Amino acid sequence: MLKFFRRSKGWQLAGLISPGALWILLFFNLPLLIMLFISFVERGRAGGIKIPPVYTIENYRLFFNSCSSAFSGPECNPFLYLGIFSHSVRIGLMVTFFCILVGYPLAYFMAKQKQVWRDALMILVIIPFWTNFLVRTYALKSVLATEGLLNSFLMNLHIISQPMNLLFNEFAVVVGLIYGYLPFAVLPMYTSIEKFDYSLMEAAADLGASPRRAFLRVMLPMTLPGVVAALVLVFVPVVGAFITPDIMGGGKVEMIGTLINRQFGVARNWPFGSAMSLILMLLVLIGVVIYFRSSTEETRRGI
Amino acid sequence: MTSEFAVEMQDVLKQFVTPEGGILAAVNHVTMQIKDGEFFSLLGPSGCGKTTSLRMIAGFELPTSGKILIHGKEMSQVPAHLRPVNTVFQQYALFPHMTVEQNIGFGLEMKGVGRAERSKRVSEALEMVRLPGMEMRRAKQLSGGQQQRIALARALVNKPEVLLLDEPLGALDLKLRKEMQLELKTLQREVGITFIYVTHDQEEALTMSDRIAVMSKGVALQIGLPEEIYERPADKFVADFIGETNFLDGTVKGQNGSTVEVDIPGTGLVRVESSRTFTNGQQVSVAVRPEKLRLNSDVKEGNNLKGRVEDVIYIGTDTHYGVRMTGGQKVRVREQNLTQAQKIIAKTGEEVMVSFTRTSPRLLTE
Repeated sequence: MLKFFRRSKGWQLAGLISPGALWILLFFNLPLLIMLFISFVERGRAGGIKIPPVYTIENYRLFFNSCSSAFSGPECNPFLYLGIFSHSVRIGLMVTFFCILVGYPLAYFMAKQKQVWRDALMILVIIPFWTNFLVRTYALKSVLATEGLLNSFLMNLHIISQPMNLLFNEFAVVVGLIYGYLPFAVLPMYTSIEKFDYSLMEAAADLGASPRRAFLRVMLPMTLPGVVAALVLVFVPVVGAFITPDIMGGGKVEMIGTLINRQFGVARNWPFGSAMSLILMLLVLIGVVIYFRSSTEETRRGI
Repeated sequence: MTSEFAVEMQDVLKQFVTPEGGILAAVNHVTMQIKDGEFFSLLGPSGCGKTTSLRMIAGFELPTSGKILIHGKEMSQVPAHLRPVNTVFQQYALFPHMTVEQNIGFGLEMKGVGRAERSKRVSEALEMVRLPGMEMRRAKQLSGGQQQRIALARALVNKPEVLLLDEPLGALDLKLRKEMQLELKTLQREVGITFIYVTHDQEEALTMSDRIAVMSKGVALQIGLPEEIYERPADKFVADFIGETNFLDGTVKGQNGSTVEVDIPGTGLVRVESSRTFTNGQQVSVAVRPEKLRLNSDVKEGNNLKGRVEDVIYIGTDTHYGVRMTGGQKVRVREQNLTQAQKIIAKTGEEVMVSFTRTSPRLLTE
């Protein structure tokens, strides 16, 4: 009997796949289904859901019209949640844009170095990952604080006479997110640029393309898979970020992540939190689908 | 200002810093003139400076000192994209993310040629390299030979003043290479554009070129017609690099007018016609091509030396003999197999007479 199992290729394969498949099923797919269920029921009084469950689409309606709640007063802004959502997307795009803008030249510079230097620079980019994200964010906070490193430095040099308000605003959140996610932009772009054959730039110049046009027509399109990968890798986590806006924004900058976080915490509105999580997922999914549609198998591999 | 020369290199020096921190002169004070409409080859072993010279003409490298003129215009410091030359790269360097049409049309697009005109000229260029209808293919879908032709079309479609070719046939198999050699030569005659062709293959250079510059260690050793280079090599390096050459080293024993007597130690006295004057006791090499040596056929007024056959290689059209001379020098003799009876003149181990006329060798000093 055992011999039969060993011989069969199908069983061997199943044996190899099942641990991972079970893990995903149990800890990713099942919770997702639970979330989907919760998003369609009424909330319980102290968090959780009402038992027995009462089915409703109110949670989704609340997102698109924040005044649909029974508690809303006459001054209610119906687009409160939609506004936070679009604000998050805007911050996400801004952070992604700057990460790519800063990361591409950096990745280019790294790829141009000799092998020894490349490895050293790569380690420098990866090193921050070895430190806890929370610690790094707090460190940045102490740099930007009113009495912090940057302000005292500039004051001592008499470049500014009053400390600047660098913390607890959108600027701080964006800086914090760029700081946290820059490596995610650099690494895939580096991979693409490193594979790029520079003799193609010579060919472009030979055919009369100025350095700028050669870059736009040859190098950029050929390294685009890395840029798009960087876009997805930065945008997706940034839109849903909640630690950085919480710490750097000091509770003043609301993003979709902090909003969802609050529903499962102080607001004790699990169904609404679940509904928003699913809406966020859907948005990200649309983004990824657009990426896969716009790129072929070959360009994704960066050939 | 125009000039009869398509390209002039005037005392061009190109130095590189080596990884060890030293300075290497890849091109060491080279001066050459390439005539308009000429098929000119830069020939030499790898590292001789031929590719660096080409890259300086293209504008990918700037000379450390000296001048490069294209049709009389100083171009030494002009960036590549502003030079009236185009290059066919060794690895073709076709843009993989573009179609064949976009590849060939790239140069025209940069010049601002409109879409309709571009498309017309692209299909003409494809016609010219005998790949019509390939517009929508991608570079990767083509064979090596086809990519080669596309690279050629991409350069020629711009009607450059000079076409630079960097070992363009190096990646092709032998048969295709031979085919393309003839095709390139024909094409060059048709379009009338100056070709500067870099190669390490002496046979290729001899087949295709109007003139050849033989380079070694950054220096142009000899510039001339293929037959000049082959029949009258300037020095031992050229004689050795172009074709096969036997060197018989010896000492000048005397000169009677144009006839020089050279003593080859242990082998005997050799008489050679030369226009140059030598002094008695001078060390010289008698350089003579294998096909100019005869076995066992007494050459009147010539040189007849003794040796022993060490190997016989029959290759169909010819038979090659390796002969050890009495003085210990080894020479190669190439006999054409004109009749069936002539097939094998001597067997291994047999004593033979090696003969050649007084005019066939060249006397070379180092």
